[in-house]
Amino acid sequence: MHDPQPLSHPPRNGLRWALIAGAVVVAGGAFAYVGGWLTPHRLTAQRLVDELQRNGGGVHPGYRRNHAKGVCVAGYFEGNGKASAYSTASVFAVGRTPVVGRFAIPGGNPYAPDGSVPIRSLALRFNLPNGQQWRTGMNSMPVFPVATPQAFYALQVAGEKDPATGKPDPARLAAFFAAHPETAAFRAWAKTARPSASFVTESYSGIDAFYFIDAKGQRHAVRWQMVADAANGTPAPAGDDNYLIPDLQHRLATGPQRWHLLVTLAHPGDPTDDATKAWPAERTTLDAGTLVLTSEQPQDSGPCRDINYDPTVLPAGIAISDDPLLSARSAAYADSYLRRTREEAHVPGTTAPTRTQPEAAR
Amino acid sequence: MSITHTTFSLPARVLHWAMAVLILAMLFIGVGMVATVSEKHSWLLAIHKPLGIAILLLAIVRLVVRLRNPPPPLPGDLPALQKLAAHLSHWLLYALMIAMPLIGWAMLSAGGYPVMLSHSLRLPAILPENALVFAWLRTAHGVLAYLLFLTFLAHMGAALYHGLIRRDGVLRSMANGRARDPSPLMPDGACVVNERLTD
Repeated sequence: MHDPQPLSHPPRNGLRWALIAGAVVVAGGAFAYVGGWLTPHRLTAQRLVDELQRNGGGVHPGYRRNHAKGVCVAGYFEGNGKASAYSTASVFAVGRTPVVGRFAIPGGNPYAPDGSVPIRSLALRFNLPNGQQWRTGMNSMPVFPVATPQAFYALQVAGEKDPATGKPDPARLAAFFAAHPETAAFRAWAKTARPSASFVTESYSGIDAFYFIDAKGQRHAVRWQMVADAANGTPAPAGDDNYLIPDLQHRLATGPQRWHLLVTLAHPGDPTDDATKAWPAERTTLDAGTLVLTSEQPQDSGPCRDINYDPTVLPAGIAISDDPLLSARSAAYADSYLRRTREEAHVPGTTAPTRTQPEAAR
Repeated sequence: MSITHTTFSLPARVLHWAMAVLILAMLFIGVGMVATVSEKHSWLLAIHKPLGIAILLLAIVRLVVRLRNPPPPLPGDLPALQKLAAHLSHWLLYALMIAMPLIGWAMLSAGGYPVMLSHSLRLPAILPENALVFAWLRTAHGVLAYLLFLTFLAHMGAALYHGLIRRDGVLRSMANGRARDPSPLMPDGACVVNERLTD
């Protein structure tokens, strides 16, 4: 197998060099394409988080890029066994599972007035005894405004604040809604929604569909909601920007606060891939157990600070559906988590957090 | 007894090409899954973790194979600088293919994530939860992934340089196991040198 060409006189080496260079360029180019560097208009997790950052008034080092203003809570979930026929996750069996959670309001500004949005959110991490986890991020609205990450991005762009007025341009928002009729159910809800005076009186919906998986491996499409035991409260106090955390402290001082986990079972044909569409009200709903929250802590020192409430972190017995928002949330939350932990760790190229803001705003 | 062998052993070649495919796939999966907001994110992430552990196990086997079967020597006329680059880049590749899965595993542990290889199979945490450690490890995982990809590009470019420009048999010694400098005793050159002979 001697090479017939003597090494000293290689003919057409130009072509051979071109082949080598071509192979390297093609491999490098494919890598860059997959990473999104060659397609600046393709939506990536980083571009989505950049947009959330812009809408939150720039970078607030150390804070989440969305739902930036919040508070840690802790307690447990008391399963009653009723959902165990549908999911093998041990959290649904009779017994307690410890929970670390976080109440928040949407938006990237950690100093936003509590009354600036009518939405509250509750994120939970259930620590199962087998070391698996169930993480969920829920909101106090029944449906999501949009069905896809691209539409969510477009909504963020349409809602950008006009530097002249400090408010979103109504014409731009109107144009967005006209182009996105799937927002109708959300807008109908938003028309009557008022900012609540308390996190505790709100009910929180998982919005996206998931699958429960039973002992036979059968999948059941579900949506879930944490429904407050506390009666509907009074409207938010006027002229106060930070009332939600004091209210929570006050209520927890009087005793644990409770929610019931209601799991709705889909019928065949109910959409699992469209978070803008509610399922019909007559669907079977199970009361799977009680969430009991017993304590709160500031988010800059509490146990929720270092948790990324990625809704795709699930135990055996629960699985993601084909809802396209789930993967987008997972990817974007991971990027937000990376940015804020890098800032806390003073990784070069990031802005270290300052700790001068008022406690109430955390 | 000792003879100079001119090919990589069969296990070394099988491991090389299998891991070349897996590692390259892993790099593309990694860079794709952190960027995309489509459903691909979830299924790429689900592949990334078990594949990383598989690469870690294969890399350990490969290191043992490598230490027991010394690779054929580089051509005698190769300039010293190229020899040095060849040796350094090979050990860098070994270091990265072992370090990357370990860093990934440690990073998820530090981030407080359950390290799920499937819907129900969970690996234990190898570090306590610490978000600052997570941030550094996650940064290292990304930076070293780019370094691994650049080293792969250099490795592929160098292999093609040996195969197309120098035509010195180095590429062939990994490609098909045929000796680059057939010995008169083994005229067809298709010998896989038994490692026991070389010890």
